[in-house]
Amino acid sequence: MEKKKKMTQKETAARLWTYLKPHRFFVILSLLTAAATVAGTLYLPILMGKAIDHIIGPGQVHFTVIGKILLSGVAAAIVTGLAQWIMNICNNRITFHVTRDIRNRAIEKIEILPLKYVDGHSYGDVVSRVIADVDQFADGLLMGFTQFFTGVITILGTIGFMFSIHVWIALLVVCLTPISLFVARFIASHTYSMFRLQSETRGQETALTEEMMEGQKVVKAFGYEQRAQERFDEINERLRDCSLQATFYSSLTNPCTRFVNSIVYASVALSGALTALTGGLSVGQLTVLLSYANQYTKPFNEISGVVTELQNAFACAARIFELIDETPQTPEPADAKELVHVKGDVSLSHVKFSYEPEKKLIEDFNLQVKKGQRVAIVGPTGCGKTTIINLLMRFYDVNAGAIQVDGEDIRQVTRYSLRDSYGMVLQDTWLKTGTVRDNITLGSDVFTDEEIIHAAKEAHSYSFIKKMPKGLDTWITEDGAGMSQGQKQLLCITRVMLHVPAMLILDEATSSIDTRTEQKIQNAFAKLMEGRTSFIVAHRLSTIQNADTILVMKNGRIIEQGDHESLLAQDGFYAQLYNSQFANV
Amino acid sequence: MKMIIRFMKDYKKESILAPLFKMLEAMLELLVPLVVAAIIDKGIYTGSRRYIFMMCLVLFALALIGLLFSITAQYFAAKSAVGAASAMRSRLFSHILSFGYREMDDIGSSTLITRMTSDINQVQNGINMVLRLFLRSPFIVFGAMIMAFTIDVRAALIFVVTIPLLSLVVFTVMGVTKPIYKRVQAALDHILNITRENLTGVRVIRAFNREESEKEAFFAGNDRLTALQKLAGMISGLTNPLTLVIINLAIIVLIQTGAVRVNEGSLSQGEVVALYNYLSQILVELIKFANLIVTITKALASVNRVQDIFAIAPEMKEGSLEYSSFYPEKQSGVPAVEFSDVSFCYNEGGEAAVSDITFRVEPGETIGIIGGTGAGKTTLVNLIPRFYDAVSGTVSLFGHDVKEYSFRELRNMVSVVPQKAQLFAGTIRSNLLMGVPEAAEQEIEEALAISQAKEFVDEKDGRLDAYVEQGGRNLSGGQKQRLTLARALLKKAPVLIMDDSASALDFATDARLRQAIKEMKHKPTVFIVAQRASSLMHADKIIVLDDGKIAGMGDHASLLQECDIYREIYETQFKKEA
Repeated sequence: MEKKKKMTQKETAARLWTYLKPHRFFVILSLLTAAATVAGTLYLPILMGKAIDHIIGPGQVHFTVIGKILLSGVAAAIVTGLAQWIMNICNNRITFHVTRDIRNRAIEKIEILPLKYVDGHSYGDVVSRVIADVDQFADGLLMGFTQFFTGVITILGTIGFMFSIHVWIALLVVCLTPISLFVARFIASHTYSMFRLQSETRGQETALTEEMMEGQKVVKAFGYEQRAQERFDEINERLRDCSLQATFYSSLTNPCTRFVNSIVYASVALSGALTALTGGLSVGQLTVLLSYANQYTKPFNEISGVVTELQNAFACAARIFELIDETPQTPEPADAKELVHVKGDVSLSHVKFSYEPEKKLIEDFNLQVKKGQRVAIVGPTGCGKTTIINLLMRFYDVNAGAIQVDGEDIRQVTRYSLRDSYGMVLQDTWLKTGTVRDNITLGSDVFTDEEIIHAAKEAHSYSFIKKMPKGLDTWITEDGAGMSQGQKQLLCITRVMLHVPAMLILDEATSSIDTRTEQKIQNAFAKLMEGRTSFIVAHRLSTIQNADTILVMKNGRIIEQGDHESLLAQDGFYAQLYNSQFANV
Repeated sequence: MKMIIRFMKDYKKESILAPLFKMLEAMLELLVPLVVAAIIDKGIYTGSRRYIFMMCLVLFALALIGLLFSITAQYFAAKSAVGAASAMRSRLFSHILSFGYREMDDIGSSTLITRMTSDINQVQNGINMVLRLFLRSPFIVFGAMIMAFTIDVRAALIFVVTIPLLSLVVFTVMGVTKPIYKRVQAALDHILNITRENLTGVRVIRAFNREESEKEAFFAGNDRLTALQKLAGMISGLTNPLTLVIINLAIIVLIQTGAVRVNEGSLSQGEVVALYNYLSQILVELIKFANLIVTITKALASVNRVQDIFAIAPEMKEGSLEYSSFYPEKQSGVPAVEFSDVSFCYNEGGEAAVSDITFRVEPGETIGIIGGTGAGKTTLVNLIPRFYDAVSGTVSLFGHDVKEYSFRELRNMVSVVPQKAQLFAGTIRSNLLMGVPEAAEQEIEEALAISQAKEFVDEKDGRLDAYVEQGGRNLSGGQKQRLTLARALLKKAPVLIMDDSASALDFATDARLRQAIKEMKHKPTVFIVAQRASSLMHADKIIVLDDGKIAGMGDHASLLQECDIYREIYETQFKKEA
């Protein structure tokens, strides 16, 4: 894995803006309605305070004035509520549209990422970027919109209103409230190490859980359950202890900041009442001030929470932007040709390739394959057999030299037409969630049921498909619930039988299938491959004996080449491999 | 819900004290408006500075006591939540360990892991929040109402109308959004799955040029997700505005009523302020409550997911027979393993994986099992240690139905080398000792020698104490296989099953291994499952399976004569020289 330079927060924010821009109408509307909401929530207590001021005592109530004030109160409440709802809708719309757009960009990038990236990164990591990180980011963004802006506007608004009522008391509040921020910061910095210990211990527990769950069949077979439980409980107890510490100490934040707020409240009550004594303040105004003191401190608590959330959201956004910014595979040249009516002449000349620059793999590889030839590739593990297939399909590009199909350099033709001319079956049987039919047609709807069933019969998969609860329409999942490895491989072979490609690549395609079925499939392949070029990587030498050319590879080089008989006659590495299969037993 | 209460039982004290202290704190909070009313009515109107100072001191005191109460409550809540969650994790872990192979096949390990980890964490958060806040909000709301009654009954009636109205809003929104959130989660799962498949199947998708259709599928799923999210947001976004409007309308009615009452002389200005403050407190509390509900809804979903696992009871019932009580005296004349008319299928009502299996194996014999893909070889041997129960017929070990034995005895009697060579993080030694923790050093060495693992273990730094990474990633396939063999041999069980466990070994090593096993002192009964005829052609008896049925049984020579399938298998692997 290569080192990536981390996105700075500024860059992330700038990128975020490009996603927000198309929604700027709603951003502005959201800000306007947020301002209206805050103004309304702040104005309502003033109205109420004014009304209360007109209720002085028995016989001293101005009903007409109160009635007027209250009427405008009704209007203000409804307008405020409406503004708040519109704001909520806007924020939701912005957030979820932005995350949808980001996810769409991400999947588009995934489709054109070089295989090098996909092979070199854990799937879990990429998936969690696209799903969990974006979700976390959405949470943060939504919270930022709904709480950060309204919070800031509330604070500013409250300060303004308070100053308009009474300067000194307002100053007192402004000076006192930051204390709650300090308290929150103090607690957070002291609980950090406890949280770290908690997540470390949790990590240990998760690792053990993962291992024991995945290997549970072995655990059971060896009666290891009790010791597994002992190990688990030991970690679990440690986790309980440090979790309690972290949870308790971090939960002190709220009571402590609330305590500070209560002190602010009491101070306002004290100074306000004293001022009222000297006539500097009406009772209604005091009520308003007290209600503001409450409202003013609340967003402070919220904002300190939102800031952490936003930081987290930005970190998540940076991770997803990193993925979106990955360099894609080499783009096709503008004048890339379409390979049509492929004959199947393939040539590799002076091909040089390695996955990592410092680890040489394939050096000066040359091979000419004529239309209709069967090429088999054999050799010990890690000798570069699968690499040749990666290069033929252009999953990876050669470092030097060239690969040609029908005389065209494969870098000069479209990937679509190149891959369309190959049919490929890999050792790694990949199935997708969907019906058996989806897995055979891979979502293309040009095939009739008769064609599918015919292909399935050819691949010897029809006998078990037929027995499945809903036949072709049986729903299967990625791990192929209930199907054996061999059956999965037969489904993958059916795919190729159906698509009838111009050339064929089989990478250990029958490794999990028993030798009898294998032989039958080989016959089907032989029929399919009549007149078509094919490349076969095999572990069992019995399956490749009638190939036109057998390439024996070792350490990225072809060390022997020829047909079965001539290679045996050479009595070299191939003969040695072949004979070891029938070593005296 | 019941489950949660069960786990909180050990923390009864904490679970009661936490909300109790929270309520005490809330009660203090409810006193605040009364104090303020007193400041206005008595302090300001009588012009008593002393009184105002006194009352503000009371406010300080209330804040301080409130802080102490609240810290106490937080402590008990944390203790109860963390404690209950830990207990739940430990119980869930042991519950999962009690699952048989059948349950494990059905559930799959990945979902178990998320439930053990993130779901229980959600539950812990939920318990913590509920203890701290869930009771507090209703308490404040109703407390405010009661306080209002103490001030003025007629004005308090406004509260009686307002509170049910507010509850109606909160619970309607919750009820309507809950199913939508569930659909949001499902939509998210769907695009997660597409993303995963586009990575795991990258080669197939590109080879078949399916990038565009995959993208389309993702876009469609993503659109659906967004629409659902927006819908949920729109409805749940109604809570706060509606609360705000209702409370403010209530305040307006209150002031209007208050004005009349004050005019009559039955209420003071300060009391109107107090009533007004109570309504404001309700507003603040309800906004907090609305946020809390999201956490609780999530926690409840997790509780259900954990509950689902607890609800799965392992199907298999354990017997009590101890094998050591009759072995080895009765060994002679009793077959080591006997199958009579055994059938088995993985899914109820599904295709039988093996059917009508009958055979008998004497102690010390070596049995080979061969057959095509999906012929039922592994299924058959998995029935011997009772990893699965036969659907019909009986499987017997040393003359007794396997169902009669205790699980522990079964594991002691049968040692298995599974198809998948699975090792665990630790050392070579810790892996070998999984079955017999008390094995002597010399026994370990013997097992290594027999399994042909000695050679490469000798080359490792620290030999037996060499580090093994999770899943044995730092070992080659062949090395892993030999270690899993050694692990099984160390148990010295009377029955040894090797399920295609020499496939990564070359022919010569495979042959040496078989020879060494034959020479083992305790003469185990050995089952060898293999794809290669060469691995089992020297067995005393070979069972040929075809589509779950016995297609032939006998030794190599007789099968070559009589069994077409065996002959075919043999011939595809060995050239027809004869």
